This record gives sequence, structure tokens and C-alpha cells, in this order.
Amino acid sequence: MAAAEEASRPFAGLSDVSISEDIPVEGDISVPVGSSRRDEEFSTLDEPVKETILRDLRAVGNKFIHVLYPKRSSALLRDWDLWGPLLLCVTLALLLQGGAADNDDQGGPQFAEVFVIVWFGSIIITLNSKLLGGTISFFQSLCVLGYCIMPLTVAMIVCRLVLLGSSGTVSFAVRLIVVTASFGWSTFASTAFLADSQPPNRKALVVYPVFLFYFVIGWMVLTFSPSQ
Amino acid sequence: MASANDPFQFKEFEEAGSLLEANRDAVTISIQDEDVKSDKQRKAGANGYEEDPLTDDDSTQLLSGQKESAPFWTFEYYQKFFDVETHHVKERIIGSVLPWPGKNFIHVYLRRNPDLYGPFWICTTLVFAIAISGNISNFLVHLGKPNYKYTPEFQKVTIAATAIFSYAWLVPLALWGFLLWRGNKIMNLVSYSFMEIVCVYGYSLAIYVPAVVIWILPFEWLRWFSVVVALCLSGSVLVMTFWPTVRDDHPKVMVATMAAIVTLNVLLAVGCKAYFFSKPEPDLPVTKSTPTAGIKIPST
Repeated sequence: MAAAEEASRPFAGLSDVSISEDIPVEGDISVPVGSSRRDEEFSTLDEPVKETILRDLRAVGNKFIHVLYPKRSSALLRDWDLWGPLLLCVTLALLLQGGAADNDDQGGPQFAEVFVIVWFGSIIITLNSKLLGGTISFFQSLCVLGYCIMPLTVAMIVCRLVLLGSSGTVSFAVRLIVVTASFGWSTFASTAFLADSQPPNRKALVVYPVFLFYFVIGWMVLTFSPSQ
Repeated sequence: MASANDPFQFKEFEEAGSLLEANRDAVTISIQDEDVKSDKQRKAGANGYEEDPLTDDDSTQLLSGQKESAPFWTFEYYQKFFDVETHHVKERIIGSVLPWPGKNFIHVYLRRNPDLYGPFWICTTLVFAIAISGNISNFLVHLGKPNYKYTPEFQKVTIAATAIFSYAWLVPLALWGFLLWRGNKIMNLVSYSFMEIVCVYGYSLAIYVPAVVIWILPFEWLRWFSVVVALCLSGSVLVMTFWPTVRDDHPKVMVATMAAIVTLNVLLAVGCKAYFFSKPEPDLPVTKSTPTAGIKIPST
């Protein structure tokens, strides 16, 4: 009966719990926070907007430099971001506009076509490398492939400048050399980052689609002909 | 043989099966030759599932490796189709480019490990090769003409992609369905899985990549010669692969199937050549690059 009474009122049996006197109970009731240094890093709410933007821009610029001098560094992989690839893709697509745009739109790739080729191609290559057992993550691979378009974008700028001057065989030869060099540079840079994440007997299987991808983009850059 | 009490005496290992008589649920690993293992698998499959400690469900997954099916909406399901190495792909491409009479592509090269890497990337390469080569050949043919404006024609990529990918995927689908239907009517047909048929078709397109590059040169005789050579090689790969499946069938069906396989192959090759590569005829009016679909303008 007493037990039933007690059971009907939850926690009723705890009302007389007391700790014996000879066990000292003391402590510190304070919410454990991280060190104040961590605190400063995460609360970026109060910093000026310029600081925020510059931080991202500096990260992007840092990765550009890593692509320019591709060594086996993991900077591109560790802090991946997709701002750089987006910037490069938009720049490339804009530069490929204004081509020999006849009425039937056969002049050059549309803006959307460049986007589709770059992003869809990157996604397919990433899926391919993951299916072959790569240890790289999806967005890291997108990041690397996107950043390594930079040499081809530079080649596109050079090509447009060359085409401003002349449009004959000499300019074609110059453009061919520039595009070939930058295509080789892109492929070499991206394999420097990607090849480590593959088992050694499948490296060629992963590198070939990257080669094809930059070849197609290089082809688009090379065959750009301005409207007269 | 030796005294059982001496722990340092070498004991012969008995078969795993008899060792496990006491403990049927133990997971065992048996390291055997691959061929022996697959023979064992086939025998086990043929005799039905007998009570054997080695074929308990969990241990079967571990032992027989990759062929247990994960559901098709998971990533792992597709990963088992990419279980190839560089030298495998190289061997398969060479085997499809240089067919040898009597060497059935599926039996010799695939060996129950069809991959999707080869077909997909060969098709993609072929798509871009056709588009780029067609572009270059157009440019070379019309070089020097005053009213020719060079345009990189990018929608040809889309058309090429549609044609090649549908050939490489829909024709195997139809063929697989057809073989399945015939297999129901006639027992003991050699049957291939869908992936193996896709694999054969994909690899059989590999010969067209160098052929397409040759088509850049604007010599008609060279183009037709390379078309014929490529057709013979890839057609013979396909015919030799599918011959055992229809050999036991009604002769009309057999002839019809073989003819259909060869005809579709021919259609693809000739169609691509005609659509993407304009003929180097000097009196062709240069308008927009309309496809010259194989209509020979009679030259007087």
C-alpha cells in the first residue's frame, strides 16, 4: 500500500534524499566553453563585411597560386571551395561569347553549353573516380577539376588578344601552341592532385577522363573564331 | 598420424568442411585459385543450395566476393561494374580491335566481370572524336573557299552523342530481351547478362575511334577503306560473340539475328560518316553546313 502510494507519485521517494555530511560536495557550476581563442574564430558576425569577403578571396587566390605551381600539396583538397571554379567557368563562358554568331547560332557554344560541359563533365569524372575506388570526396574533386581550368582560361584571354591583332595562319599557330601548353598544364596540375587518391593500378583509368575533359575545353578555346 | 597431444607437431589441415563439423556457424576463409573458386560456385549453383558451411548466407557474401547484389539504388551496386584495372581495360580494347576466330570476347576477356568503364568512356571518346573530326574535315574541305565561314558546330556533339549512346545501350537492350525470349523457348541456350552485352557493344565501338580520325583526311577512297575495315573488325567481334547464342536456334531466326546485328553496325558507321563528314566535291554549293546525307550528286 505504501509502495503503491509511493509509486503513484513519481519522484516522491526522493524527497528525503540527503547526502551525508562527511562527503564534501563542491564544484563549479559554469558552462564549459572552449578557449577564448576558438571563440574569436567562430564569431565572425561582428567583423566588417570587407574582412569577410577578403578572407574568401584570399582563400581563392591562394588556391590559384597552388594551381600555378602544382606540387603535391593538400591545400586544394583540405579547404575546398567552389567559388574559384564558378568564377573561372563564368569567365570562360563569357569569353567564349561574341564568337562568329550567325543567325543559326552555330557560331560557338552558348553560355549554357559551356556551363553544362564544365560542371556536368566534372561531376561525371568525379563519379568515375569514386566508382573506381578513389578516396577523394565529391566536392574536393569538383574543386580540383574546377580550379585546374585556370590555365585554359588564361589561354582563352591570350587567344582573344591574339585574335584582336590578326586572324591568319600565324595567329592560329600561336594560339595552337598556347592552348596546347595550357591544356598540358591543366592536365598535369589536376593529376598531381587527384592521382594520389587512387590505387596505383587504376591511375591511368582515372587520368584519361580528365585528359578528355581538358581536351574538349581546349578544343572549344582553340576553335573560337570572332565575328568579323 | 602424429600424436594429437604434442602442440608443436605439424598437423595436416583437413578440409574446411570437416573441420567445421563441430561448429557450423563459423565463418571461414578459403584461399583458393580464382578459377577453382568460380568452378565451385558454378557447381554449387547448379546443384542447388546444399547445406554446406561454406555457403551460409553471410560467409557466402564474404567468400564469393563481389557478385552478391546490393540493391540497385545504392552506390555499391554500380561500384562492382568498375572493378577493373588498367591492364584489364587495355586487354579488352585490344581484344575487340583484333578479333581472333574462336575467341569469344565475353568468354575470353570479360570472364564474368563486365565493366561499365570501357563502354561509357569509349562511347564518350567516340562522340567527341566524331564531332571534332567532322569539324576539322569540314574546315579542310572548304579551305580556301571565299564565302566559307568557319563555325565550330557544337550541336553536332549532341546529335553524335544521341546516336552513339542509343546504339550502345538500346541495341543491347533489345538483343538481350530477344535472347531472353528465345531462351524461354529453347533450353540450353548460352545466355549473357545485360551488362555483358552492353560491354561487348561498347568495346566493339573502340575500333571506330581511329577510323574516325582517319576520316579527317579528305580522300574518299581512304574513308571508305577505313569504314570497311572497321566494319569488318567490329562486326566480326559481335558476330563471334553472339554466334553461340543463336547457333542452336531455328535457322531463320539465326540468320535474322546475325543480319540485324551486322546491319545496325553498318548503319551506324555509314550514317555517321555521311552526316558528319561532307564529301570533298568541289562543286558543292557552300551554304550553311547542311548534312550531305550520302546523296551522291551525279557529276557530269
